[in-house]
Amino acid sequence: MTEEIIIAGFGGQGVLSMGKILAYSGVMENKEVSWMPSYGPEMRGGTANVSVIISDERISSPVINAFDTAIVLNQQSMDKFENAVKPGGCLIYDPNGITRHPERKDIKVYTIAANDAANEMGLNKVFNMIVLGGFLKVKPLLQPEFIHKGLEKSLPARHHNLIPENEKAIELGKTLIKEVR
Amino acid sequence: MEELRLMKGNEAIAEAAIRAGCDGYFGYPITPQSEVMEYLMKERPENRTGMVVLQAESELAAINMVYGGACCGKRVMTSSSSPGFSLKQEGISYMAGAELPCLILNVVRGGPGLGTIQPAQSDYFQSTKGGGHGDYRLIVLAPSSVQEMADFVALAFDLAFKYRMPSLILSDGVIGQMMEKVVLPEQRPRFTEAEIRKNTPWATVGKTPDREHNIITSLDMDAASQERHVLHLQEKYNAVEENEVRFEEIQCEDAEYVFVAYGSCARICQKAVDLARAKGIKVGLLRPITLFPFPKKEIARLAERAKGFLSVEMSLGQMVEDVRLAVNGKTKVEFYGRVGGIIPNPDEVVKALETKLL
Repeated sequence: MTEEIIIAGFGGQGVLSMGKILAYSGVMENKEVSWMPSYGPEMRGGTANVSVIISDERISSPVINAFDTAIVLNQQSMDKFENAVKPGGCLIYDPNGITRHPERKDIKVYTIAANDAANEMGLNKVFNMIVLGGFLKVKPLLQPEFIHKGLEKSLPARHHNLIPENEKAIELGKTLIKEVR
Repeated sequence: MEELRLMKGNEAIAEAAIRAGCDGYFGYPITPQSEVMEYLMKERPENRTGMVVLQAESELAAINMVYGGACCGKRVMTSSSSPGFSLKQEGISYMAGAELPCLILNVVRGGPGLGTIQPAQSDYFQSTKGGGHGDYRLIVLAPSSVQEMADFVALAFDLAFKYRMPSLILSDGVIGQMMEKVVLPEQRPRFTEAEIRKNTPWATVGKTPDREHNIITSLDMDAASQERHVLHLQEKYNAVEENEVRFEEIQCEDAEYVFVAYGSCARICQKAVDLARAKGIKVGLLRPITLFPFPKKEIARLAERAKGFLSVEMSLGQMVEDVRLAVNGKTKVEFYGRVGGIIPNPDEVVKALETKLL
């Protein structure tokens, strides 16, 4: 098993930390992982993306140009990464703020209204975990116990009281994801 | 005890420095390596091992603090990225002249000038041919994973002390910024004062009645004696070339074509090897781990039977010159590179192989 993922959106949406939790969960399940961010001036409001690879085998290149899954959280990222999904791959996006929906017919497309759900429930800080839940529903790569351990490892100890809220958000995400085609 | 962590390359190097028994880090922040000092400041190694961490007022100050620490026989280091590394060249040349061991990390970004903060490998000439003035070399290690970022710290210190010369870890924005699994080395103690007196008798740690004053300088106005000194340095560099070549070969046994790549480009080429072999092209990868000393004998050996080499770099063709010297006209040597912070992807590397060599 090798899953090559790009997570892309605005800075401040928790794109990088979502990738980190995913990668750490992979480590906990004894997988090979890599986490490669776009870095630099991309602060809050700018674009941010991270490619995460989770594999049973040694990872050769952490830099990749085609993905099994693209998780897209704004229009710029849709424009940039829709065509980077491998044929037969999977595109997950939050329709909030999307003006041009994906057009490709050779990939699976899912929506997750994570932004609306987070606003309604006052869960803005775990928006990214709702999205992660949706991804894990579509691609159950990692067992929940290892996601729990991944959260423990990637959050500093003083935030461990927030783990149940994060896990609740992941479960919510699993119920919100919808297959478009 | 061995400990498995998920870390950025920059963080791994910082933690490995503490564990290597480093006495002092002196740096000045610059993207994409600022996590090195950030990690050290957060970790407060003065409470763990007594290691000093200091943010200097400039790169010049940082490298000269390293000079001072090294004079006292301490394991000292600095880190920077390309523009900051250029600023440090004067101090590095002085340390080479004064035969001082230290560790320098350059997490390369695109140049020239301030260039970009994105990854590059365009400091190869500067790193391997002597970036400052005078006839000198650095031992240059090129990690291609977060694990090697951690592993090369103690190695670089040990080589620096073995040969009394600065060691450079030449990394890039990809290896510095990405996170991978890393098994951290065990903690080793810092040198004791007694060990410094015994193992580095040249160190300026205070005169004792049984010896003359130790003098550390890179200045010698007597031409004959300066020539002897430079020839002595050259003998050391020859010994380094004889003893310290390190490289990795991947699928070279039956290879008709050979990629030569280091650092993050070597990772990209590993994937390109898999992609090309799936198409039936017999290609392998030679990954220099030391850039000085360069694995020229191994390349010459492969050149006896390979149909061609492709040097893949994030530069406009720097290491390829060393590949050509090693191949010495026996077979074709081509180059593929991207610059300005663009990272070549495995598909375009395979395409370059097909168009330039097949």
